[in-house]
Amino acid sequence: MASQHGAPPVFNNKVVAWIDHRLPIFSYLEKEYHTFPTPKNFNYFWNFGAIATVMLVLMIVTGIVLAMNYTPNSELAFDSVERIMRDVPSGWLIRYMHMTGASFFFAAVYVHIFRGLYYGSYKAPRELLWMLGVVILLLMMATAFLGYVLPWGQMSFWGATVITNLFSAIPVVGDSIVTWLWGGFAVDNPTLNRFFALHYLLPFIIVAVVALHVVALHVHGSNNPLGIDPKGPQDTVPFHPYYTMKDGFGLSVFLIIYAGFVFFAPNSLGEPVNYVQANPLVTPNEIVPEWYLLPFYAILRSIPDKLGGVIAMFGSIALLFVLPWLDTSRVRSCTFRPIYKWFVFLLVIDVLVLGYCGAHPPEGGFVIASRLATIYYFFHFLVLLPILGKIERPLPLPPSIADAVLKKKAV
Amino acid sequence: MVATGAMAAVGAIATAWPFINNLNPAADTLALSTIEVNVKPIAVGQAITVKWRGKPVFIRHRTEEEIKEAEAVKLSDLPDPATDDSRVTDTAKKVRREWLIVVGVCTHLGCVPLGTKPGDPRGEFGGWFCPCHGSQYDTSGRIRKGPAPRNLLVPDYLFTSDTLVKIG
Repeated sequence: MASQHGAPPVFNNKVVAWIDHRLPIFSYLEKEYHTFPTPKNFNYFWNFGAIATVMLVLMIVTGIVLAMNYTPNSELAFDSVERIMRDVPSGWLIRYMHMTGASFFFAAVYVHIFRGLYYGSYKAPRELLWMLGVVILLLMMATAFLGYVLPWGQMSFWGATVITNLFSAIPVVGDSIVTWLWGGFAVDNPTLNRFFALHYLLPFIIVAVVALHVVALHVHGSNNPLGIDPKGPQDTVPFHPYYTMKDGFGLSVFLIIYAGFVFFAPNSLGEPVNYVQANPLVTPNEIVPEWYLLPFYAILRSIPDKLGGVIAMFGSIALLFVLPWLDTSRVRSCTFRPIYKWFVFLLVIDVLVLGYCGAHPPEGGFVIASRLATIYYFFHFLVLLPILGKIERPLPLPPSIADAVLKKKAV
Repeated sequence: MVATGAMAAVGAIATAWPFINNLNPAADTLALSTIEVNVKPIAVGQAITVKWRGKPVFIRHRTEEEIKEAEAVKLSDLPDPATDDSRVTDTAKKVRREWLIVVGVCTHLGCVPLGTKPGDPRGEFGGWFCPCHGSQYDTSGRIRKGPAPRNLLVPDYLFTSDTLVKIG
């Protein structure tokens, strides 16, 4: 991509020029974030990568500050969080930013994933880019789960118990693995200590994988709503100022909604029972994860066999790794896939149904609904996607991005 | 070359082991693994919860009907077949049918089943009912219905006298 703009930048500032000659960070920024040729037809769905990055930074900053007042000890953790809420200056705000931030980080990433699904961003030559994204999703889920345990409320404790017990489904070595994860015979102080250490570590690993994700992105550049490659300068605009501004605008709107939740409804996305201190002898009436994990929880519970449920749950995410090869259509964007387009929306509805079922006790209609939705989820990826690519007749692709954009204007 | 590589691999594993082993339960955690309980105050039909290794243990003083009910069940009806006698035998091989001692952790995903306190739902089989995912246990703590794969675990225990039991 870079070869389109051959000449290296010339810096007038002598200090900048001196540094750049020895460590070309300015050339790099110039190339990758200023002149970087970007398809000119992005819609607002293309904001969410930048938004997710900002949320990641926000989570790390608020998290580091919280860690300065938090005590990872099963006797003290709950009270230390209450102290952050009541006594530590601005502690309530930082904690609400972190709590709500987790939800909004996931929300941004889910929109980002939907964008990738709908516009076929995972197809050649962006398979590794997509797979790195799935790794980020898995790391985020692990980090969110570990972080949720730290306040040591009832849902923290029982969530940790249920999730660590998933590993006991592994034949033969399962129980030993669970004892090893706990560092004891139940979720207890050693568990809390190690979860805190890992919760602090994983975000930085996420940063590293995000860096790889961005490096991979900048090799072939972004996909775009038409899903066709830019054919020359007429199809692109420089990243700055065009998309820095567009990302900045989208980010502002996103942050306004986020701030609304932080200030006016910080607990609306969480479970009230987590404000009750962990009690290993009493299970809450219902154990539910945070909303962003509900669809996967529903898949886990829909299978009436312990090991089967665990396999299905992990399988539902593992499937995403091979998505680039399950989709046999050579057309990227759903704009030109008249049939598949509707199935993407159906998949979204399916995942929402799973999420709804995951939030309710596994009784009666919810059991049936979550089983059907689970079947459909796997059907979509394993049957529909490979077959549809073969039988669907895509609409004719426009000759170029510029052509399509100009034609749209003319109409 | 192969020998060097093999030595390096052995070295790498030997170095990794302390880090993996470090996550296993510590000596002080293991030291808390035995408790003694006086069961004298538990009336017939009553059950109590004690904490052992960070987990609840249910001690139930079973009624005659509960014992009969547990003994009458056909092994072929059980997902995890076990006779009632095998679940009320202490480590000295003495059978005490009136005392059922089980770890109060559902074998599905680790919730604490209800049925120990008076007024708790006990499920269709008169034992325990797990509120998380609906597993039901009978008066011998055996799984009868629901997603749990195994019976409630019977810990090692020993009646040191008629009223004193050592768990662990």
